Amino acid sequence: MNAGQIINIYRWWFLEREKLQINRFFLNLFVKMEAAMGLMRRMPPKHTETALSALLSLLPHHSSDLLSQVDQPLQVVCDVDNGKEFILCEYNRDADSYRSPWSNKYHPPLEDGMYPSSELRTLEVEANEVFTVYRDQYYEGGISSVYLWEDDNEGFVACFLIKKDGSKYGHGRRGYLHEGGWDAIHVIQVGPEEEGMAHYCLTSTIMLSLTTNSETSGTFSLSGSIRRQMKADLSVEDGHLCNMGKMIEELEGKLRNQLDQVYFGKTKEMVCTLRPPPELLLPMPLPEARNP
Amino acid sequence: INLSYTSSAMADEEEPQETELSDNQKIDIAKWFLLNSPPGEIQYMAKDLRLVLKDENVYGRAASEAFPLYNKTHIISLQFPNRSGDVLVSSFSEISEDEYLDPRTAQVGKVDHVKQICTEIRPARDEELPTPYIEDYRCALDAEVSKYVSEAYPKGVCSVYCTSGKDVEEPGFDFELVVLITATRLSPQNFCNGSWRSIWNIEFMDELQSVEVRGKMQVGAHYFEEGNVQLDAQHECKDSTMFQSPDDSSFSLANIIRHHETEYMSSLETSYSNLPDSTFKDLRRKLPVTRTLFPWHNTMQFSLTRDITKELGIEK
Repeated sequence: MNAGQIINIYRWWFLEREKLQINRFFLNLFVKMEAAMGLMRRMPPKHTETALSALLSLLPHHSSDLLSQVDQPLQVVCDVDNGKEFILCEYNRDADSYRSPWSNKYHPPLEDGMYPSSELRTLEVEANEVFTVYRDQYYEGGISSVYLWEDDNEGFVACFLIKKDGSKYGHGRRGYLHEGGWDAIHVIQVGPEEEGMAHYCLTSTIMLSLTTNSETSGTFSLSGSIRRQMKADLSVEDGHLCNMGKMIEELEGKLRNQLDQVYFGKTKEMVCTLRPPPELLLPMPLPEARNP
Repeated sequence: INLSYTSSAMADEEEPQETELSDNQKIDIAKWFLLNSPPGEIQYMAKDLRLVLKDENVYGRAASEAFPLYNKTHIISLQFPNRSGDVLVSSFSEISEDEYLDPRTAQVGKVDHVKQICTEIRPARDEELPTPYIEDYRCALDAEVSKYVSEAYPKGVCSVYCTSGKDVEEPGFDFELVVLITATRLSPQNFCNGSWRSIWNIEFMDELQSVEVRGKMQVGAHYFEEGNVQLDAQHECKDSTMFQSPDDSSFSLANIIRHHETEYMSSLETSYSNLPDSTFKDLRRKLPVTRTLFPWHNTMQFSLTRDITKELGIEK
């Protein structure tokens, strides 16, 4: 083995060691992030906000990952131009300001803020108007906002948000809920048009909490969050808004049904396993003897 | 080669690190996570938390403070090492931080809180047990409640403690018994865990010749297959009966407990059955007020009606 070969082997060993250390560094980041998400999957949903800020302070290097992966309850601000409320999220934020879908102005005012193109803004205005009617028909109250922005791959992204306070102190028509919140986040990626078709990818998240309170049955509180995806290739003949709207309506309905039937149903099943209701415990009555 | 360049590059890209948390602040945060673990899931939370913290000292201190509190509020049931019975970890059975009394077998179990196991047992000392006069009441109630629990809960555990007046030797004085009932079902393979616990404070008032009953029932359930949904329900109630012989008192007390727990169970079922048509409707309806799917094909009309209402000045 000559000196050159030894140097080559040494160089190889040196590079491999470096790669290994870098891998270990990223593996460590990944492990921490996975563990943080594991905690979020178990924490009671009503503590999501506190849990997220606790994780942010424990893992300051993961702040952007945490903020993009953990859904938080939506916040609302009033548009100073017209007194209408709008919803805050990562998609209408620039620096510390949020753009209102109604006046298209940043709150608090921001110089050089990002704006959608005028073409997208026209669609955004229409989407907000139509989604307000949709929201009223399904929610009988609440607040909605739609934000659009250009995508890197010649398409665009739209975010449809709904926030409803269903408690008897908020917009709960029937007054059954002592406390009740529903936040819906629909993010939909629309690919570029090709031969009259476009690819749509919708990710919907629902976060909800409801509490009933009464003298005879105490406090009964259910809270939760679920997220699902739906993809479709659709003709753009009817327009993007029609396609996006139909997908959102379908997935939102599915999520509501799943929460109601599967998720709430499973917790009920659990309660009935812990302490079966009396009718399950009583021995089955013997069939009466029939007269011949 | 060190990785300082990599980590500083990462730090620059993310938010600049603000003031570093002190160890005590980290311990407080870690304890908060552990104490809020759903029923039966504290070990999973602890495992993840350990990876997030990457600091054995901080984790160890948080765990040693949080586990005893969690175990006591959740009233976990631990089997004796020789399988001769179970001990409930609770503030009512606590002799010292890691010793808990099982009055039924008159044994004291030593508990490892973080591992959630009972490591040794010893016979209870005389001063840890009530007088024969009180024991007659405690034992009779334990027998009646055990009978009820074995009928009503497929996997229930119960115990009766004397929490005040255990040295009373004859009629003429007040004393208090506490009944604990717990049932836990852990089924992580089905993504579901749950627990029921009830605490019944029973005050024997000698002068009034009455027995005052205060109950608190708590139910929790967690379903987490591709989501995270949790039930948290609780209810408190009161009742009373006459001060009678140990057997007669126990019989009527067990009936009171049975009655209230059965009522509560059916009110939980009512709460669930009200969900789809009333409670949940206040959040989002199943169908729009128009009872047909939203007319996405024909949304121009909404923009038009809006323009007209605006022009006519009849906007809301």
